[in-house]
Amino acid sequence: MNRKRGGKVRLATVWLGGCSGCHMSFLDLDERLIELAGQAELVFSPFIDTKEFPAGVDVALVEGAVNNRANLAMAETIRARSRSVVSLGDCAVTGNVTSMRNILPVAATLAPFGGTGEAPFRFDYAAVPELLPRALPLHQVIAVDGFVPGCPPDPDRIWTAIGCLLRGEPVQLPEEMRSFG
Amino acid sequence: MPVITLSIDDELVSGRADESLLQVIREHGITLPTLCHMEGLSERGGCRLCIVEVEGAARPLPACTTPAREGMVVRTDTERLRRYRRMIVELMLAERNHYCAVCVSIGNCELQRVAAALGVDHVRYEYLSPRLSMDLSHDRFGIDHNRCILCTRCVRVCDEVEGVHTWDISGRGVRSRIIADLNHPWGTSDSCTSCGKCVQVCPTGALFTKGVVVGEMVKDPGMLLRVLEGREKKEWAG
Repeated sequence: MNRKRGGKVRLATVWLGGCSGCHMSFLDLDERLIELAGQAELVFSPFIDTKEFPAGVDVALVEGAVNNRANLAMAETIRARSRSVVSLGDCAVTGNVTSMRNILPVAATLAPFGGTGEAPFRFDYAAVPELLPRALPLHQVIAVDGFVPGCPPDPDRIWTAIGCLLRGEPVQLPEEMRSFG
Repeated sequence: MPVITLSIDDELVSGRADESLLQVIREHGITLPTLCHMEGLSERGGCRLCIVEVEGAARPLPACTTPAREGMVVRTDTERLRRYRRMIVELMLAERNHYCAVCVSIGNCELQRVAAALGVDHVRYEYLSPRLSMDLSHDRFGIDHNRCILCTRCVRVCDEVEGVHTWDISGRGVRSRIIADLNHPWGTSDSCTSCGKCVQVCPTGALFTKGVVVGEMVKDPGMLLRVLEGREKKEWAG
């Protein structure tokens, strides 16, 4: 891997249409985070106060399904600006719980919230991103280089995947770390 | 029964003439993935996971329904077979709604285990997301069609072991559904004896005991052979 800025990998973690459980699991790396900090610089993440997804990211770990127009735009930005994009957790990998709405049309999903009715209940899509017709796994929207299944993936899985990525290798998990759910 | 000799993965092995390829292959310690196969039930050849290449055959054959023959040359683990097996599991996952994270059988699911073993870490096909129902009309059990892979173990165990044939299949292809009696709610079935064999042989969370929550549905895969062995020994006679 072509390491920049003092030999550190430029790492991003992104939260799309998920519950943040994958990020909580990431935090459960505990003291391994210190080791990670020695090798990687966190350049974008819900954990830090950055607004814009930066250019020149080496590894992007992406949690959540692509569920609305903001997720879609972010996914495209991530792909354009990252060397390696990894789906983190079942929502990014399969759609999982986020995609349970896919059996219904969007209007039926929103109906209980009054979103299809008259003002003031009509959704203001300038402020709230419009839902896509279906919540999609990340790889159905952009090219993805690796997959870390699990809901959430336990810290050992995440650490194994990060190990591969820091070495510049494709993510390869052993069988017991590959299951969905 | 006469002994036959055949070649499996470049090794000469022997088997009995009445055995299936799957039996011979497994007796020689080779692991073949299966989902519709279950020891004690008739073979269906439905899931196609146990496909093997047999010299002279134009396409891969399911080992469970292919009789072992003298002189056969069989390959169980080629790149093509691995590719097809992965495709089969991915298609199964795409066809219905297998949200593993919220399934009663998570951690105890044969589909989940087979997928991990075959290296399925994502599904390349579009999820069909069909709108499927659950039937909770039975006092003790439930069926969730979202998890069903149509292996028909429930149909076969009910017919062949319990001798009742409550379960059957309606429809064709992706519209196939497991039905009770003539498509009545399970709880109103006149024929069901509530024995629970179907629940125990189901490889996924499709059939479950009521009251279990995520991950609690632990099935007893040895149940069927214990029942059959007990019958053989007339343990419950009289």
